[in-house]
Amino acid sequence: MSALQKMMGWVDDRFPLTATYKAHLSEYYAPKNFNFWYFFGSLALLVLVLQIVTGIFLTMNYKPDAELAFASVEYIMRDVDWGWLIRYMHSTGASMFFVVVYLHMFRGLMYGSYRKPRELIWIFGVMIYLALMAEAFLGYLLPWGQMSYWGAQVIVNLFAAVPFIGEDLSIWIRGDYVIGDATLNRFFAFHVIALPLVLLGLVVVHLVALHEVGSNNPDGVEIKKHKDPVTHIPLDGIPFHPYYTVKDIVGVIVFLMVFSAILFFAPEMGGYFLEAANFVPADPLKTPEHIAPLWYFTPFYAILRAVPPLFGSQFPGVVAMGMSIVLMFFLPWLDRSKVKSIRYRGPIYKVALALFIISFIGLGYLGLLPSTPVATIFAQVFSVIYFLFFLLMPWYTSIDKTKPEPERVTG
Amino acid sequence: MSQEVDGHKMNPSKRKFLIAATSAVGGVAAAAVVIPMVLSMQPSQRAKAAGAPVEVDISKVEPGMLLTVEWRGKPVWIVNRTKEMLAKLPTIDGMLTDPKSEQPQQPAYCTNSTRSIKPEYLVAVGICTHLGCSPTFRPEVGAADLGGDWPGGFFCPCHGSRFDLAARVFKNVPAPTNLVIPPHQYLSDAKLLIGVDAKGA
Repeated sequence: MSALQKMMGWVDDRFPLTATYKAHLSEYYAPKNFNFWYFFGSLALLVLVLQIVTGIFLTMNYKPDAELAFASVEYIMRDVDWGWLIRYMHSTGASMFFVVVYLHMFRGLMYGSYRKPRELIWIFGVMIYLALMAEAFLGYLLPWGQMSYWGAQVIVNLFAAVPFIGEDLSIWIRGDYVIGDATLNRFFAFHVIALPLVLLGLVVVHLVALHEVGSNNPDGVEIKKHKDPVTHIPLDGIPFHPYYTVKDIVGVIVFLMVFSAILFFAPEMGGYFLEAANFVPADPLKTPEHIAPLWYFTPFYAILRAVPPLFGSQFPGVVAMGMSIVLMFFLPWLDRSKVKSIRYRGPIYKVALALFIISFIGLGYLGLLPSTPVATIFAQVFSVIYFLFFLLMPWYTSIDKTKPEPERVTG
Repeated sequence: MSQEVDGHKMNPSKRKFLIAATSAVGGVAAAAVVIPMVLSMQPSQRAKAAGAPVEVDISKVEPGMLLTVEWRGKPVWIVNRTKEMLAKLPTIDGMLTDPKSEQPQQPAYCTNSTRSIKPEYLVAVGICTHLGCSPTFRPEVGAADLGGDWPGGFFCPCHGSRFDLAARVFKNVPAPTNLVIPPHQYLSDAKLLIGVDAKGA
């Protein structure tokens, strides 16, 4: 026995190192027919690590103080060696996180990855998405620019629309009667400690649940149904390592090429990743001419604006916005189709999914624009389609004419 | 109710009771620890004390001009309204949600047709009652981008709420109520104190 093997043996008697490596990498059998859409899970993990590492280095120079915050970000950009790179990595990473996560979620919708027995994977995933939105919103206040300030003002005031307790609730969230130093300081605490811990915990349970039941695949059939009688290895499964680690490295390289191109050539992305108004320090006395949230929030912002106030209250719009995300949790039970993957679904689901995606992107576009009567009507139509995709799903998925699923994956 | 388990006497109902009692006490203790954390997020004593009144010299505010001052971290507008502006106010009552200021958005001494102590001076908190943006002062009558019938007032860039020159909200806009008139008083003709009512008012 070599010295290395001896050492591994010593560790394995005290900690399940080899067993963990086998269970999650070298003997975790993933379907052999993964395609392009299966890059985004590992890419999301990569961006998470990137955000945590760049975030740690940003906190070394950032000051969570209403008097100092804006100047400290400019200090990072101008006077800290390589500070501009770290800051742009973090801001570009935030947007790219959502790009990757939205594609990852779309993959789930296409191939029915949320269906039994993967309901909990999906639910943990939606929770990750929620935590990510909270993390992004909190982080956007920290540069203390005009958009930071007024964006937070509008979102915190959404809580004030809750009947009866709303006013006290919004004061409790701000820690002051207006967005101020107290708000900035606590948003910093949530952004750098509380939510990253929550996010990491959720990612762990997301992966544990995934590795318990095994990955879905573009055919939506269970590879565990056909195992080798002797080895009990799924016939259509291949070990995650080295096969998918190598495949994912290709994805990582292409992703980093895109990431670097944005980072070095268009870190503001024409105002979509960093808004122009945020280069002006927060001024509590003056609202910018046009305020819009960052692009990844605009679909929900458009839903908020599409609902007119009822009984002198903005609350119905807030409820609609909340429901648009809450509905995602119920997806595993709303879908009554006999098959999982879009490959074997009938035309109705395909049309429904296409309309849903068009509505989501349409709402995202409208949320960027100032509200006009025409835009509001479009936003209302898209919002109705968005909700009907979920609410009518039990009906249209059960009457849809599906094709028979294959026994084995089709490669 | 005792029973034998592995040669030991065991009383399951007693065990159940003890588990429930321990969990309940532990739960109460955990909940009690959460209270100080939650309450620490309320505005601090310093934040509560920071609402000091603000004294403003209004002698330099020309007719038709707007002055913005800060009170409790919020913008407060002082508009010196011209005779024409004041004459227009009662004529647009039909376009407004609450022309008579029936909602308690102002002190009693400002519940009048101009929502002010002195007719010419409007004093209002410049925070939209919709989602808290600060509307823009748009005094020009008939401004093209606001529609030909625009009588002059305030326009909120965030969600398009409109208010007239008495800070009253228009119909069919997102904001539900008129803008807030803060407590204020005149110390002299040129000196305004924002944040406290006049004695006896």
